Amino acid sequence: MKDFSTFDILGPIMIGPSSSHTAGAVKLGKIAMEISNGNFYKVEFYLHGSFAKTYKGHGTDKALVAGILGFEPSDDRIRNSLNIAKNKNIDIKFIEKDLGYQHPNTVKILFKYRDKKDFYVIGSSIGGGNIVITDINGDIVEFTGDLPTMILKYKDKKGIISKISSILSNNELNIATMKVTRDKDIATMICETDSKLSKNIIDEISNLSEITYSRFMNPIRR
Amino acid sequence: MFNKGSELLNLCNEKNKKISEIVLLKEQSFSDLTIEEIREKMMDALDVMKESANAALNQKIVSVSGMTGGDSKKVEDYRKNNKPLSGVFINSAMAKALSTSEVNASMGRIVAAPTAGASGILPSAILSAKEKLDLSDEELVNGLFTASGIGEIVAKNATISGAEGGCQAECGVAAAMAAGALVEMSGGTPEQALDAASFALINVMGLVCDPVGGLVEYPCALRNASGVVNAFTSADLALAGVKSLVPFDEVVEAMYRVGKALPETLRETALGGLAATPTARRVTGNSPQ
Repeated sequence: MKDFSTFDILGPIMIGPSSSHTAGAVKLGKIAMEISNGNFYKVEFYLHGSFAKTYKGHGTDKALVAGILGFEPSDDRIRNSLNIAKNKNIDIKFIEKDLGYQHPNTVKILFKYRDKKDFYVIGSSIGGGNIVITDINGDIVEFTGDLPTMILKYKDKKGIISKISSILSNNELNIATMKVTRDKDIATMICETDSKLSKNIIDEISNLSEITYSRFMNPIRR
Repeated sequence: MFNKGSELLNLCNEKNKKISEIVLLKEQSFSDLTIEEIREKMMDALDVMKESANAALNQKIVSVSGMTGGDSKKVEDYRKNNKPLSGVFINSAMAKALSTSEVNASMGRIVAAPTAGASGILPSAILSAKEKLDLSDEELVNGLFTASGIGEIVAKNATISGAEGGCQAECGVAAAMAAGALVEMSGGTPEQALDAASFALINVMGLVCDPVGGLVEYPCALRNASGVVNAFTSADLALAGVKSLVPFDEVVEAMYRVGKALPETLRETALGGLAATPTARRVTGNSPQ
């Protein structure tokens, strides 16, 4: 039986009207932004299912944009996020699209850059403000952002996983989950840990010569 | 520490503690925060609740869709200037519940309790009780822990999602949480608190989730208003000594089975009930989306 914190029942503190269509959407936008490479000039949101049908009335559009601006689900500025994005010269577009066999509250967030290739993240808002990220630029993944999470890409060869796990254990960090997928010789690792990813750990891991892409996310616990 | 109402009651009786105290101890074992820090965090939630429950009493707040709003102020004005049939206290509580619901629908800040759709009930219940019983904020925080303990048992053994169990799982559970809190804040026993929570669930067993246009507005706000009334009458029944023949855990189980038996059209899909009426279709066809 899943155990709950008191604040899972009385909470989150959030901007309404819907934990799945608003609070979850902010989280999706924020995590996608953290995974992306920054400095995007345009973001396209492909809305699927219930997101496509009810996004305006639930403020899902404002919530997603607030997320890519880095706001938290309790931030008062969510309702003005479209204007804030405009003032920052970020071009925003919403497109209703059938993304295939997906959870009803799913969005594909596509970041566009002037100097490099597009980058996208797909995720779903699965209820109560909880989310799951399922696709990063074609890599099929599954993580919720509830735990500290790192995403690594590296040229697959022996010994890298053990290098990473020894950095974690030397810093007394427990691994909660670790998943590795491979596409030809490029491996993608999603690793969730029980406690915060410190600057030390982030530096050590991202400085490994084999690593070609790394992102580290520490969730803010209310 | 506890998964069932019966286990919670046993803990209360063994340790001679209130429900709120047991819930607080459990939270401490769950997180790495101190008791003081956990209480502070709950005080933050209380602050948000105070704001949301009062914001729409004196000004009209309209939803993002433009479909609803302004009802909290209407009820507040009515209870101030008239002799409401159900009394000033009940009308004041309804106005507060509507206020949080309207703040929620306008993209204002609320505490999901247990969900955003049902977020008006608990704040109104404890803040109305504060006025009536002259309670301190610390006592309200205790009430919130009691409420959360009751909500947790339902979340573990049934559901608090309208998509899974209908509105009984959202506004019904919020009323049950509030009823339990009201009993404890009024000096009732843990048994009475769970009886009150049972009554609140029993009163709306089978209540469907049929939001017009799929939006958290109508009839959600109305059911928040009736939900807080449900909480107060359920608490009064229990404090009067009325006992629930069927114990809380079995009421929760029954509520879960009823929720599962509801057709999908009546579980937050906006395909049945009020959402499927000609008026709902007309209104949402004309709405900005």
